[in-house]
Amino acid sequence: MYGKGLLKGLGVTFVRFFNTYWDDLVWSWKRVTTGEKRYRSAEGIAHRSSKDARGIFTVQYPEEKLPVPEEFRYVPFLVYDEGADGSKEIRCTSCGICPKVCPPQCIWIVRSADPATGRPRPQPAEFYIDADLCMNCGFCAEYCPFDAIKMDHDYELASYHRNLFGLEQLMKPASYYAGIRPLNAAREDEARRAKEAAKAAKSEAHAA
Amino acid sequence: MTAPASTLTVDLAARFPGIVSADSRPGHGGFLVAPEKLIEVATAIRDEFGYDLLSSVTGVDQIADGKMEVVYHAYKTTGGPALVFKTQAPRENPIVPSLVGVWMGAELQEREAWDLLGIKFENHPDLRRILMWEGFEGHPLRKDWHEPFFEEEAKPFKSRWPGGKHFFSEAKNPFHDNIQFPAGFDPEKYTFEDPEEALYTSLKKYQIADTDGIPTDHILVNMGPQHPSTHGVFRAAVMLDGETVVSLKPVMGYLHRNHEKIGERNTFLQNMPYTDRLDYFNSMSNNFGYALAVEKLMGIPVAERADYIRVIMAELSRIQNHLIWAGMMLNDLGAMYTPALYAFEERELILDIFEMTAGSRMMCNYFRFGGVARDMSEDALRRTRDLVFDRLPAKVDEIDRLLTDNEVLVSRLKGMGYLSAEDAIRASMTGPMLRASGVPYDIRRADPYSVYDRFDFDVVSRPEGDMYARYIVRIEEMRQSLRILEQALKQIPEGPIMSGKPQYQVKVQAGEAYGRIESPKGELGYYVVSNGKPNPYRYHVRAPSFINLTALEMMCVGEKIADFVAILGAIDIVLGELDR
Repeated sequence: MYGKGLLKGLGVTFVRFFNTYWDDLVWSWKRVTTGEKRYRSAEGIAHRSSKDARGIFTVQYPEEKLPVPEEFRYVPFLVYDEGADGSKEIRCTSCGICPKVCPPQCIWIVRSADPATGRPRPQPAEFYIDADLCMNCGFCAEYCPFDAIKMDHDYELASYHRNLFGLEQLMKPASYYAGIRPLNAAREDEARRAKEAAKAAKSEAHAA
Repeated sequence: MTAPASTLTVDLAARFPGIVSADSRPGHGGFLVAPEKLIEVATAIRDEFGYDLLSSVTGVDQIADGKMEVVYHAYKTTGGPALVFKTQAPRENPIVPSLVGVWMGAELQEREAWDLLGIKFENHPDLRRILMWEGFEGHPLRKDWHEPFFEEEAKPFKSRWPGGKHFFSEAKNPFHDNIQFPAGFDPEKYTFEDPEEALYTSLKKYQIADTDGIPTDHILVNMGPQHPSTHGVFRAAVMLDGETVVSLKPVMGYLHRNHEKIGERNTFLQNMPYTDRLDYFNSMSNNFGYALAVEKLMGIPVAERADYIRVIMAELSRIQNHLIWAGMMLNDLGAMYTPALYAFEERELILDIFEMTAGSRMMCNYFRFGGVARDMSEDALRRTRDLVFDRLPAKVDEIDRLLTDNEVLVSRLKGMGYLSAEDAIRASMTGPMLRASGVPYDIRRADPYSVYDRFDFDVVSRPEGDMYARYIVRIEEMRQSLRILEQALKQIPEGPIMSGKPQYQVKVQAGEAYGRIESPKGELGYYVVSNGKPNPYRYHVRAPSFINLTALEMMCVGEKIADFVAILGAIDIVLGELDR
């Protein structure tokens, strides 16, 4: 019969149409019984991005935001450890691996020197990331041997000016890092502690 | 390793003594052919040895030897490794006979080699610039050509470290723009002939006879560059007789950024995120091909678990690509956005997995030489299993139910845009386009890479050669991808995800390698030449979207202008890859 295929296809759209309202009804019942909401709630967003999602699929940004997974990467930042007296101990040693590995070459580092002796110091004097050039590839974080540069989760960078970030904007505390990437931070802390312990054991053995 | 011994199973040098010699440079393979006998040798390769599919044509600027080299990769559509042959011409005035008469698929690629390297192909039917604009000064892929913001031959730039003082590149250019003029050039006094004249003249195929005393003429229509059906900035200059297409030429390059020149400035690893930006729907597949090419050059194995993850990622890409293709194809046919948005739902769920694993939805940058960047978490694997076993099969069936029997769709697609198997092979078509013309050629089966030889799947092909066949092939391919995914998810072993240590500066010995994969759009190949330095000496992308356009005119002539939109849509082009 001519038109059968059309009707079959329309059947699919009808089922979709029906599901939209049915799912809303199911969730409004849920709201009464368990208090779970389909819209503007974490469980609702999780439902809409799960394998059982049906009906309305969209997320109303910016009122609703999809949670980003831990591995999500955006423009990098520099991690500093908070010293006991509130001082910022930057982990970066200006070793130069990140500007060397950066594909669009958006990282600039000026090394610092001790004013008294003129010898180079590990901390960077200036550190720039041209966030407009950055392609968010994550190589800098991946290959940094000091866990000093990490990829951020903050993707809302729209601005009226060019996003050239200096040390001021780039430095973020280690606690912030542990907040956005708990699993990674824990793993790296563990590895660093193990390394330090091994080093201490070695020097002790050496001394003895 | 770098010179696969299997390419020498054909002894071309014995067949043509004195004309052909084996390429004996370290790490290189294949044969060197004298340019004056190239056509004869190429015809023999096609007819006597059976290498009917010319996959890739590209040039290499051998500046140290004062030579321009043209490299050809030919394959058999029945499967097997490549036959590589090369020809060299003096660098000052490189003239090489065109192979368009032997393999039509060389047409666009030879134009590209002329445009970017300045190699003249004698007797090419239409040797104009293709990616750069007419009137562009120089040939950018030549080693002595420098871009306006030129800093150094190779990254990393010293201004970043140990230099370190930030500057904006455009501040260094007197025009404050990405522009440079040839010496002595005054833009105020520049006069030019219409650069499009050659294009428009080439479209005039015949004169309409003036029979009834009513003067009639053909109409030239420029579809694009801004046209909703062209999936980006792509233009087709179409000559029409009434509504019927008489002749057609694709015009491209609006999104050109010279990916290959950037690639030669980059280190090997730095290229990986750039490949994401080729076919931005399938960054996983793009990574895959490039990783294969460089791994061949480096001669390193891939960790087994990583191989499985790679296959999982590539097949997920294929499914979402074909879903989106079905949606966008229907957009082109006028079914605005209902199928496209149904497809987008599934794509979003697949991209969620990419984001969890690779860190980004589209610009995945996930593959490394010898493995992948990070392991697939248990959560990501669970989500993949959920999708593959529980959701996607039903959703592919749903798209199938929604569209396949739809009478409007069938009448628009059936019998339209016909391409015979012979023409498809001649024009170097690959991927679903070739398989829809009745040639069951799938690199996953014909020349298996990674762990594809461990999976049980069918190569989908249809004999009809029309757009409906292309549609069916893609729908069926999604089902086959799901089959592969089910097996891969069951078999995936535990273990490391890198064969060596992760390193940002890989050691690549001198040589050449061609890595190719069956990307969702066709054969995606990377031709990489190394001279032992940290940067590739030559880096070429054989883009399926680009080469599949060779047959566009063939498919459109005689059809109505309205069907051009559908025919173009059925090829499945992505401009990021087409213009590179």
